[in-house]
Amino acid sequence: MRSKRFEYLDQRPVNQDGYALDWPEVGFIAMNSPFDPTPSIKIVDGEVVEMDGKCKEDFDMLDAFIAKYAINLDFAEEAMAKDSLEIARMLVDINVNRSECLKYTTAVTPAKLVEIVGNLNVLECMMGITKMRCRLKPANQCHVTNVKDNMIQIAADAAEAAVRGFAEMETTVGIVRYAPFNALAIMLGANVGRPGILTQCAVEEATELDLGMRGYTAYAETVSVYGTEDVFMDGDDTPWSKAFLASCYASRGVKMRFTSGTGSEVQMGMAEGKSMLYLEARCLGVTRGAGVQGTQNGSVSCIGVPAAVPGGIRAVACENLIAGMLDLENASSNDQTFTHSDLRRVARSIPQFIPGTDYICSGYSATPNYDNMFAGSNWDADDYDDWVIIQRDLKVDAGLVPATEDEVVAARNKAARAIQAIFRELGLPEITDEEVEAGTYARGSQDMPDRDVVADLKAATEMLERGVTGLDFVKALYKAGFEDVAESVFNIQKAKVVGDYLHTASMLDDKFHVISAVNSPNCYEGPMTGYQISPELWDKLSRIRTAVDPSKIN
Amino acid sequence: MAIDEKLLKSVIAEVLKEMNAASDAPVAAEEVSASEGMTIAEVGDAQKGTNPNEVVLGVAPAFGVSQTKNIVGIPHSAIIKEIMAGLEEEGVACRIVKVYRTSDVSFVAHDAAELSGSGIGIGIQSKGTTVIHQKDLPPLSNLELFPQCPLIDLETYRSIGKNAAKYAKGESPNPVPVRNDQMARPKYQALSAVLHIKETEHADRNKAPKALKVEFN
Repeated sequence: MRSKRFEYLDQRPVNQDGYALDWPEVGFIAMNSPFDPTPSIKIVDGEVVEMDGKCKEDFDMLDAFIAKYAINLDFAEEAMAKDSLEIARMLVDINVNRSECLKYTTAVTPAKLVEIVGNLNVLECMMGITKMRCRLKPANQCHVTNVKDNMIQIAADAAEAAVRGFAEMETTVGIVRYAPFNALAIMLGANVGRPGILTQCAVEEATELDLGMRGYTAYAETVSVYGTEDVFMDGDDTPWSKAFLASCYASRGVKMRFTSGTGSEVQMGMAEGKSMLYLEARCLGVTRGAGVQGTQNGSVSCIGVPAAVPGGIRAVACENLIAGMLDLENASSNDQTFTHSDLRRVARSIPQFIPGTDYICSGYSATPNYDNMFAGSNWDADDYDDWVIIQRDLKVDAGLVPATEDEVVAARNKAARAIQAIFRELGLPEITDEEVEAGTYARGSQDMPDRDVVADLKAATEMLERGVTGLDFVKALYKAGFEDVAESVFNIQKAKVVGDYLHTASMLDDKFHVISAVNSPNCYEGPMTGYQISPELWDKLSRIRTAVDPSKIN
Repeated sequence: MAIDEKLLKSVIAEVLKEMNAASDAPVAAEEVSASEGMTIAEVGDAQKGTNPNEVVLGVAPAFGVSQTKNIVGIPHSAIIKEIMAGLEEEGVACRIVKVYRTSDVSFVAHDAAELSGSGIGIGIQSKGTTVIHQKDLPPLSNLELFPQCPLIDLETYRSIGKNAAKYAKGESPNPVPVRNDQMARPKYQALSAVLHIKETEHADRNKAPKALKVEFN
């Protein structure tokens, strides 16, 4: 006979998730695997001849790349000689500032990084993240996609997301050939909602670079690196080829960051029996070694893997912390669904939400999850009020602000009309007034009329073949009477020529001023230092749309 | 499309060549394995096809052998049957190969496309993830991708076959409707990782793709 208690518990959302015990031999373990190497370094004549227990002759390509480019060798012997526990304590000690920590953390090996953070409990990890974040002010990023690849809805959702406070936005595709339209729609919609928002379109790497060079996007993030040689080679890549790709973006003035995360190697079946966090530390070494300004990490789309094993969510917080320890901008995931349980999904986000990261989600779904083409996010548009109310409850700035129905509807409508106009000017398939209206009031693609997909795909391909660039978007918007949107899209292109936004952890304000770790560095040193919510912002965060004014109650 | 006599003749010649090639193929199977509903025999190295009216279906290393069902328990035999039926409905021939050098579905599909006389290939992993590919696209791009394997039902596999056939004939079909379930990852990602680890154990970077002879029982 079954216990009624257990029968009921079996039905709970948390028990619909998949869990597994550790399997360290294949790397199915979050951190602290018995098979992880012991930290070590030997330097002869300025060259690393031994790292983490491996001689130079036995280095794989990641070791070789990291040993050559990722570690500050001038200070490495001293940093490696310092007890990992002492460095761990420096990370949580408010009397040791960020620069002093960086001196050590940028001069150690991947195994040492993992050993350092292995000493921290999750609260201490959060203390470390608060201090080691690169930029002073935390921010947030969202996904804007839908299952129909409907460009009117993308433009409208992006405009709404901009009103709600996101600083960066990312789209992707259901059908690859829609990429140019989705990229256009998100750039246009975002800049209708708030000038200066950076947008990207996550697709295959060559296509992504091509879209950036044409001016369809303002940054890139889906440039993946992996912690084992086999996974790199499975994607026909090496650390050098990724570094080359990174320099392609830099040379065109397009912001970019690498992506990596715990669980990807074991997900691909090639973890060499090492823990997920150790392999992620190697990825971050490759990222730093390539000279890239930042990383999207935090398990990202592999979150179901660390989340299935013991201590996995702590390991995810540790990997975000290591990004900061390597002075990398950190877009800290909190993106993909990994649980049926509302309790678990909030708990998973606490280590980034409360300390604040450069981009807390990367990203938050700006649509209901049924439209999220990254297979669902941990947070979606149906949670907008939850997010701003949790911010208000805890007095935390996690990147969003409350928005009213009127301002949201107005922004959505303008974005939908702008994309209708630009499609007309560029000779693309018609967008009807009915579609504009549907986009203005839609919750998701179930509220959008179907389009002629074959005609759209043909036109999207032809648009690329015609050589239409970001500047053509500017001209078309201007001609159609959307001068302000034209100016914003033009200013985004200008930012690439100026190049200041290539600095670490940059974003643009609504006047197109760069805010980055260079002109606005994190300076946390304990209570009443570092980022503080201004009185004006606190007033805004306090005024959620459902709060009553007690003075007006008779 | 206007069919002129010359084109027609060349198509007939190709088909005849293909039929002869099929009967000349070595019958001595290198390896035969039975899985639920079918037997699979490896019949030598997969050849580059010349028949413009074919699609090559590339399966990943463990397919139909050490793994015989997809992630939600659909037998591999049923999956292959549906894809083949979809191709047949459009009058396009199907050749099946096993790709050994990788378990990455994009590369499996791209390798299949490169072997295909039409340049169109389908790649499928043992857990069920499927891609329609074209040989001139970058390997990590695709014509159509079905990344959430727990959501692919037999009807979808048939539509995948049908659409691949249409691409092979130079048509621009409506893509098979994309499906999305944000709860697929929470439920299946850990299992998916385990299945993929097990598939990857059968990959061999230095082994050429093999032609497969599949018989349904």
